[in-house]
Amino acid sequence: MYAFDFVKPSSLDEAVAALADEGAQPLSGGQTLLASMKQRLNAPEKLVSLRAIPELQGVRREGDTLVVGAATTHARVTTEAAADYPGLAALAGQIGDPAVRNLGTIGGSLANNDPSACYPAAVLGSGATVATNRRKIAADDFFAGMFTTVLEEGEIITAVHFPIPQRAAYAKFQQPASRFALTAAYVAQFADGVRVAITGASEGGVFRWSEAEAALSADFRPEAVAGLKAPAEGMIGDLHGTPEYRAHLVGVMTRRAVAAAR
Amino acid sequence: MPKDGGIGASTKRREDNRFLTGNGRYTDDINLRGQAYVHFLRSDVAHGRIKGIDTSAAEAMPGVIRIFTAADFSAAGGLPCGWQVTDRFGQPMQEPKHPILAEGKVRHVGDPICGIVAETLEQARDAAEAIEVDIEELPAVIDMAKALEDGSVKVHDDLTSNLCYDWGFVEENREAVDEAFARAAHVVSVDLVNNRLCANPMETRVAIGDYDPWNDQHTLYTTSQNPHVIRLLMGAFVLSLPEHKLRVVAPDVGGGFGSKIYHYAEEAFCTQAAKWLKRPVKWASTRSEAFLSDAHARDHISRIELALDADHNFTAIRSTTLANMGAYLSTFAPSIPTWLHGTLMAGPYKTPLVYVNVRAVFTNTVAVDAYRGAGRPEATFQLERVIDQAARELGVDPVELRRKNFIKPDQFPYQTPVALEYDSGNFDATLDKALQLSDYANIDKRVAEAASRGKLRGIGMSQYIEACGIAPSNLVGQLGARAGLYETATVRVNATGSISVLTGCHSHGQGHETSFPQIVADMIGIDASQIDLVHGDTANTPMGMGTYGSRSIAVGGSALVKATNKIIDKAKKIAAHLLEASPEDIELKDGKFSVAGTDKSVEWAAVTLAAYVPHNYPLEDLEPGLEETSFYDPNNFTFPSGCYICEVEVDPETGKVDIVNFTAADDFGVVINPMIVEGQVHGGLAQGIGQAMTENCVYDENGQLLSGSFMDYTMPRADDVPSFTVDHSQFTHCTHNPLGAKGCGEAGAIGSPPAVVNAVIDAMHRGGLTHVRHIDMPVTPSRVWAAMQN
Ligand SMILES: Cc1cc2nc3c(=O)[nH]c(=O)nc-3n(C[C@H](O)[C@H](O)[C@H](O)COP(=O)(O)OP(=O)(O)OC[C@H]3O[C@@H](n4cnc5c(N)ncnc54)[C@H](O)[C@@H]3O)c2cc1C
Repeated sequence: MYAFDFVKPSSLDEAVAALADEGAQPLSGGQTLLASMKQRLNAPEKLVSLRAIPELQGVRREGDTLVVGAATTHARVTTEAAADYPGLAALAGQIGDPAVRNLGTIGGSLANNDPSACYPAAVLGSGATVATNRRKIAADDFFAGMFTTVLEEGEIITAVHFPIPQRAAYAKFQQPASRFALTAAYVAQFADGVRVAITGASEGGVFRWSEAEAALSADFRPEAVAGLKAPAEGMIGDLHGTPEYRAHLVGVMTRRAVAAAR
Repeated sequence: MPKDGGIGASTKRREDNRFLTGNGRYTDDINLRGQAYVHFLRSDVAHGRIKGIDTSAAEAMPGVIRIFTAADFSAAGGLPCGWQVTDRFGQPMQEPKHPILAEGKVRHVGDPICGIVAETLEQARDAAEAIEVDIEELPAVIDMAKALEDGSVKVHDDLTSNLCYDWGFVEENREAVDEAFARAAHVVSVDLVNNRLCANPMETRVAIGDYDPWNDQHTLYTTSQNPHVIRLLMGAFVLSLPEHKLRVVAPDVGGGFGSKIYHYAEEAFCTQAAKWLKRPVKWASTRSEAFLSDAHARDHISRIELALDADHNFTAIRSTTLANMGAYLSTFAPSIPTWLHGTLMAGPYKTPLVYVNVRAVFTNTVAVDAYRGAGRPEATFQLERVIDQAARELGVDPVELRRKNFIKPDQFPYQTPVALEYDSGNFDATLDKALQLSDYANIDKRVAEAASRGKLRGIGMSQYIEACGIAPSNLVGQLGARAGLYETATVRVNATGSISVLTGCHSHGQGHETSFPQIVADMIGIDASQIDLVHGDTANTPMGMGTYGSRSIAVGGSALVKATNKIIDKAKKIAAHLLEASPEDIELKDGKFSVAGTDKSVEWAAVTLAAYVPHNYPLEDLEPGLEETSFYDPNNFTFPSGCYICEVEVDPETGKVDIVNFTAADDFGVVINPMIVEGQVHGGLAQGIGQAMTENCVYDENGQLLSGSFMDYTMPRADDVPSFTVDHSQFTHCTHNPLGAKGCGEAGAIGSPPAVVNAVIDAMHRGGLTHVRHIDMPVTPSRVWAAMQN
């Protein structure tokens, strides 16, 4: 780790101001950022902690929407979203281990946009809106490929607004070593149709599986997607699975998510 | 019932109090006054010629004390190899120099180029980034078969090729084996890979060098399984320091599994740099560094062939292996694929003819050496896979095929065709026990029930025998070992009767501090809490060879029995004097000496006090004091054996394998502490299952390690393994050591991998996927799924 400055503002305005400095970077749960700093792969000059800002914390219901503050830990989402949006709560409970869930946050996960991360699937699969200190970004516009989002320099995610579906579920097949998603599917059924988001599989990061969405919008049963095959082209191939294997798992995990949806 | 605290008692591990309360003292917990830190700049390319190293900018950076390169160590020797293998043609193996810092070339990613010593670790790391190393990259030698092709790039320019040795065993049997195959009614063969592993003990390696001008004494604190071996190798071969000027201390060691046997470059560096800089120098490996610098393990590519006659008797075994040595020869590397592997190729079977050929190969990868089981898992995997395959091809029961070919209980001692003489064993007994405990008979019902849930269920077995408790020194000397393999114990009885046991063994998690005192407590009949074990420091323990090869109880414990017997003999003489009787009439029971047939007695503590306060003492016949040392050199290996049965369920949609039952029935001879033995079996099974299902060290063709962190190297976790059923009731005594004990530390890792793979293949076949012949380890979901597709 290189030397860096550290500030822990208690309001969003102060954080935004602090982030205007050259080389400043937000720190949320640190579960991704600190590891990369220890390996000297990342060298921010100043870390602006978002953990003491009350408006970034917590889960609250606003009508048909569940609003999750950006600095809310996975552990809090697991318990506090359980009644209103059980599919989302269950996903949060499958991230990492207790230590990671007690520190890692939804904002950090989304800003990082790891192609194997879990939250991007929930956000895209729910058609959520990502709120920042500058604007509101629809999930369909937010993710811009592996480890890339449309966030600009100095832009902070403040909250995520999830429309609550009729039913939803996340089916995750773990990469054996990291236990991130080797391939996972998030399926959500709304009055006006079904959304299916796949994470872990594609070289382009999280994506919507439109063929499955169409089939499930017509018939929300696992059998409806049994005949569908995702193409292997563009899928990730690595030590843990070939593109063909991941493409196969896209189908399996989608069916399992449909079966589990509630 | 065993006496509490004595032999056979599941006494709780006393050392766990400090480990579990944060009071352990590991090498990294030691911080010496004025200590400086070293960071090693390591090669990020697998193979290249060093054209120049410019340290000038780095030298000027804050906190930098000195930067060392190979040139500074020109007077030092290379890291020695402790075993010389002689090839099929009677020639010694090719043995390249292994410098402390890379000389002229870098030979693997992680090869240390410079050692940067600075006031703080971060300053050393900063300076490393300012060093300019000019490396002309060379093609990396990674694939073993290609490495042996004519014209291949050479890892070591001064060797004739990348072949370390071409070993044949038993070379005289080569033709006879070929003829047996030509005559055989059935021949079955399997090509398989024994995957490369990284041991990954919880504690990474640490070394601290210290030099004291007051007595011209060097001290090395290091994470070692065998401090005396490090003192010998580093002192005699690398730094030319005589033993009396070098002390090696290994305090608590947080796991090793073999990877902390070897003498590593960082140890020699810190010891020497401390003297040059007149300051203690500390190095602590990061986990990332461990993947690139700890010795790796296994990495064999083999063809195993089994010949059978018309009645399904095994008539010959032929095994052909390419064994990866990595870029340099680690301390015991050459012995693993040869003497610890070829000699086990008879297994528990009567196969009369065996021929094993091993070609060891240099590649641009981290050095490969022993890891829990070392050679024996590779042999067992080959045998137990090919036998299962034979049963399948012949349409016979795999249990009965094995049983038919077992060496039977009345055939011991049994001379195998591969040099070993098994002293004891009862393979039918452990097999029957495992069959019973695993409810093998009802597997069909469980398969059907699993099928109703959409799962493919299968069962697989493995019957292993292994040679451990290493080793008879004169025998291993003939085989090329450059060290003896006895063990020592000093029993130091104090005046008040408490005892310090000093041993050359060194626990790195095995619970010696509990089990060694149990032996003495049992023999003398005093409470084990009166006995402490001292180990891990060459300054206060007798020269011994350390802990590996499941040797500590079998060899070190036997030394302890011998030394304790000397103590008892002498104590009886003192007691006889005090009781005015003849020593032959003195009996020792429950810590009390009495004259046979009388009510005259004297307590242990009164005798020990007399030894040190010899007022009423036969000084003309007997020296005062009560301290004895024994060196025990075993006259054979010990041969634990057993039967492992694994039951799995495969998810046909994803290829994911779950182990639903695992039964281990072992013959460890006499067990000192059953709880500790079970713990050893559990750990061994977890690591064997790790090899079979999850762990894999993978290099790409450029020699970059793809599995260089826990994000990609899959250590088995608690939820990857089932609740084990373990049993050691079916034991036979080791016939040649005083305890009757056999080693138990490695068995789990030796016997389990083939049981797992056999179970997966069985599940495939029971599920109708009869085209699946073999799946290489680790049997990951993606591999199983891919195998199911074709
Ligand atoms: C052992 C382990 C296992 C894990 N397993 C999983 C898993 O199974 N599934 C999974 O999805 N993830 C997993 N993770 C990742 C985990 O979920 C992290 O918490 C997450 O990726 C990052 O969140 P964080 O709050 O820790 O962010 P940080 O590490 O603090 O930050 C990550 C990045 O986001 C930026 N950032 C943080 N907050 C904001 C914000 N509000 N606005 C803009 N930018 C911001 C930071 O500057 C940084 O670039 C695992 C992590 C570990 C260490």
